[in-house]
Order: sequence, then structure tokens, then C-alpha cells
Amino acid sequence: MVSTARPTTTATVPKSLNWPRWFVAPLLALLATVLALSFGRYPLPAWETLRFLAASTGLTSMEPDRYALLHNLIVEIRLPRILAAILVGASLSVSGASYQALFRNPLVSPGLLGVLAGASAGAALGIILGGNWLLVQASAFLGGLAAVGIGVGIAHLFGGGSLVMLILGGILSGALFTSLLSVVKYLADPYNQLPAIVYWLMGSLGQVNLNDMAWAAVPMVAGIVLLCLLGRALDALAMGDDEAQALGVPVRTVRLVTIATATLVSALTVSIAGMIGWIGLIVPHIARLLVGPGNARLLPAAASLGAVFLLCADSLARNLFATELPIGIVTELLGIPVFLIVLSRVRRAWAQ
Amino acid sequence: MIEARDIHFAYRGRRVLTGATLSLAPGELVCLLGANGAGKSTLLKILLGLLKPAAGKVSLGGTPIAGMDRRKLAQCLAYVPQVHAAPFPYTVREVALMGRLPVTGMFRAAHAADHQAVQRALDHLAIGHLADRPYTEVSGGERQLALIARALAQDARLLVMDEPLAGLDYGHQVRLLARLESLAEEGYGVLMTTHDPDQPLHGCQRVAMLIDGCIASVGTPADVLTPEAIYQLYGIRVDLLRAADGNGLAFRPTGRSTACLP
Repeated sequence: MVSTARPTTTATVPKSLNWPRWFVAPLLALLATVLALSFGRYPLPAWETLRFLAASTGLTSMEPDRYALLHNLIVEIRLPRILAAILVGASLSVSGASYQALFRNPLVSPGLLGVLAGASAGAALGIILGGNWLLVQASAFLGGLAAVGIGVGIAHLFGGGSLVMLILGGILSGALFTSLLSVVKYLADPYNQLPAIVYWLMGSLGQVNLNDMAWAAVPMVAGIVLLCLLGRALDALAMGDDEAQALGVPVRTVRLVTIATATLVSALTVSIAGMIGWIGLIVPHIARLLVGPGNARLLPAAASLGAVFLLCADSLARNLFATELPIGIVTELLGIPVFLIVLSRVRRAWAQ
Repeated sequence: MIEARDIHFAYRGRRVLTGATLSLAPGELVCLLGANGAGKSTLLKILLGLLKPAAGKVSLGGTPIAGMDRRKLAQCLAYVPQVHAAPFPYTVREVALMGRLPVTGMFRAAHAADHQAVQRALDHLAIGHLADRPYTEVSGGERQLALIARALAQDARLLVMDEPLAGLDYGHQVRLLARLESLAEEGYGVLMTTHDPDQPLHGCQRVAMLIDGCIASVGTPADVLTPEAIYQLYGIRVDLLRAADGNGLAFRPTGRSTACLP
């Protein structure tokens, strides 16, 4: 329609390419990583960390004593939890953004299909069954998968797998596992097991070691990459199933793969670090403000920003007080004001 | 050319289509007219291969579409849905760029050629100036044009549109209908559904009327759009107002003469 009021000149280059905004998020993630490696009980200047990193790759040399000290501090003490923060933050944010596109709802988070509730109940069960670290992780993971299986099962049994029924199934299965968690808490020994369950549920990055990380990192990174690759298909899906299918996107396959991958990745975060809320909901919104809603760019940006957010939260948790705060509490406290700021920016788009 | 032959379809035991036949060729604007709930959208979805008919065949250029590769099909046949609200503020350009998905596949990023195709589609519909505005913030008529631009970016020659004029104001309706006519003149085949019998009176090559799950009649507007047919379709007695040259202009319910007005 030719409008007389507006100029009809057409830009030949998309406006979004004028300055590379997609570049910002990975850069912030690098910066946050270096800073997080420097902060701690034994603070290091950031350039010292950089000098150590350069020395460890053989670019520069460093006195052996100093190198050994920094190696112990940076690689053995800080690196595992920093890697964990990056992976967990990126996983939760990418799965949150994928779920939001898939369910066409910007208020959806990775907990939607009951995965977080299921993983918590599983972890609590693992703690009262013996408390072996591996058992807790395995049962957290299986609990998460079981919860999603039940949610998706309800949706397919009663509603042919429609979106509304998937959400309803997730709510039901989340409620089921929340009540199972209460049962386990009630049965737990109140002196040792109950506090262990409560601390687990508050979330912590303090207990990870490089071995745990090694086995979890492979599926998590693979899952994040796969979700990022599905970005364009998720855009089409966000417009509607029929439209996506008419555009040649295999809707059922993409939906199944996305749910399975996002579930796997977020269940693994619970195995590593317990329940960490809010990130999967907020970070996609921040990323959308930065690079726009197109998922091909949004998902990688959300991964980077999720890492930044959790690194910041973890640095606060470690350094704010003499004792370490549970990270789940920090993300919630940080998350609410950040969400309010984001809300004031995006309200216009949602008001329709 | 796409053709749906003798289509039967039931939705949860309720028969919607009982032997409907409809075709669309390049260069024609075809109107599918029917009452609310008559099964117009169902027939479109079957034509597009989004729903499987219980009986009957849909073929594209003689080949059945049932086993056809969806991406190949999408490069011949595009779906333009009724205007809707997107959950995320994609720009008009991003919406049109989704039309390149069948060409690039879902894993390959869009190249310069794809961006050029999108720009051509936007310019063709004279909405180039809207390219970087959010789809959620432009008017209903502009959204419909963005969705048509997506279909043009698909390189498809056959466009299937579900109620493209519904919900638009009068000005947008008239201008969009003129736009669809000119697309048909350029060689696109355009099939649109509507429930307004006035719309297909002008510019349409063929009108098909969907009554009781069958195409009751199909032909030129002059042949099909008679007061008897409208009575059959809606149960309303109407008069056809004609221009001096005898062409139909508009329908008016019988007995509601303007002469009665003070």
C-alpha cells in the first residue's frame, strides 16, 4: 500500500547490520570470565590473570613460583566453578529462549515442562537414599526427564500434543513432583538430610570439580549448539505450526528435538548446580533487547549473556559476605530488579 | 497448477467436506466463497498439504503432493494466513525473510541473494519503507502485505490466502484486492477465501461456492454470483445492483430499498 505520509525510500542494507550488535554479548562473556577468574578471597588484578593465561599457552614466560601459585588459584580452585557458571548460565538461557519461541510465549522458562521440579525431587530422593554425589546427580537428571515425560505424555493422551495441553501437562507434572519433593522432605532425617536437601535446592556452584564438568560439558555444549542451529526453524515455528509447515519446516521433528534438547540441557544444570531460577526467563529478554527477536542471532547472544549473568551472580555470591551465599538466592534477588528494568523496555511490545 | 479432486474430510466425526473439487492455475484470481464454518479453511489446508483428506487427491502439475518434498512444494505453493499477532516483534523484513526457508533450508544462514529476494518482494508490494519496523506495530493491512511479501520471497507462483481481506478497513480492503488482481495479471495464481459476496464481483476470474461440503458451482462471477446462489448460500433474499453496462456491482438485501429512507 503506498502511503503518502511516509517516505518510500528503501534501505538496501538491513538496519540491524549497521553496527554488529551480535558482537557485544560474546565480548561481555570474555570480559566477565577474566574478571571472575580474578575475583575471590585472594584478589588478582585482571592483567595478572591475562598474563597467566598468556603464559599457560606459552606466549610469554613467568617465574615458576608465581606460575605455580596462580595455577593452583586460577586453574584448580576457580576454573571449575567458572566453567560451571558459564555452562549452566548458557544452558538455562538458551533453553529458556528456545522454549519461549516454541511455546510462542515470552513468559515461558525452562521450568515450564516440570523439568526443574522433577530434578529437585530426584535430587532430594538421591540425598535420602545415601547421599552419594553421583547418585544425587543421576537421580536429579532422571527426575527431570521423568517429569517432562509425564508432562508431554499428558499432553499427547488428552490433547493430541497441542501447545496449551503441553503447558497444562507441564504444570500438572510440576505440581506432582513438587508434592513428591514435600513427601521426601517430610521423610528426611531432619538433622543431616533435610539441610542437605534445602541447600541443594538453593543452588550452588561450589561443589563442582573438573571431572564432573567433563562428562556434563559434552552433552551441554552439543545441546546448546544444536538449539542455536535450529534458530531459523524456531522463528518460523513462533509464527504458527501451519505456517512453519507450509515453509517446509518439519514441525513435529523440530518441536520434539527442541523439547528433548532443552530438557536434557536444563536437567543437566540441576545435576551440576541445583535449582537456579530466573536466568532462563530473564536473559532471553535482555538478549532480545540487544539483537532483536530473530532466533538465529538471539540464541547465541542468550548463551553468552546467560554466562555473563551467572558469572556476575556467582562473583557476588562468593565475594559479598564472608560466607558464600547460595547462588539460587542471588539470581533471584538480582533477577527481580533486572526483570523490572527489562519489563519497562518491552512493555510497549507486549501491550498489544 | 494445483488441483484438489473429490476431497472428503471429517473433523471428529463431523463431515466437513464431501467431494469438493477445486483448482488454481497461474495467472488467475480465484475466490472461494462460503459461509462461516463451511470448510473453506479446511479445503485450503488440504490443498496446501497441511491436512490429509480422508478421500480424494491433491496434485501439483499432475504429481500427487502426498509424498512430495515439503521444501520443493513450498517453492511452488505458498500459504498466506489470516493476519495474526506475532508473539515476538520480528521486523517486517525478518517476517519476509522466513519465506527464504524453503530455498535455503533451515540450517543455512540467509545469503546476500536471499536478502535481495526479500527486498524485491517488499518493494514489489510497496512496503520497503516498513522493512525495519516491528511486524507487531504496523497496521493490519500492512501485516497482511508483509505475509504476502513472505510468500513472494518463497519464489512460489501459486499463492493460497485465507481470508486476506478479513479484519481490514474498507480502504485497505479495496487496495489489497487491487493488489491481488495485479499479482494475477503478472502471472501469479491467487486463491483467496471470503464470506463477502461483493468482493469477488470485481477482478476475479473465477468464483467457487462451497455449500454443504461441495463446490456447488464454479465459474465467472457473472455466472455464479446470482441472487439465487446467494440465497442458497446464506438464506438471504438479495437483489443484484448492476451498472449501466450490465455488470454486477453489489448485492443488497431485498426489501431494503434506499427509497424508503427519509
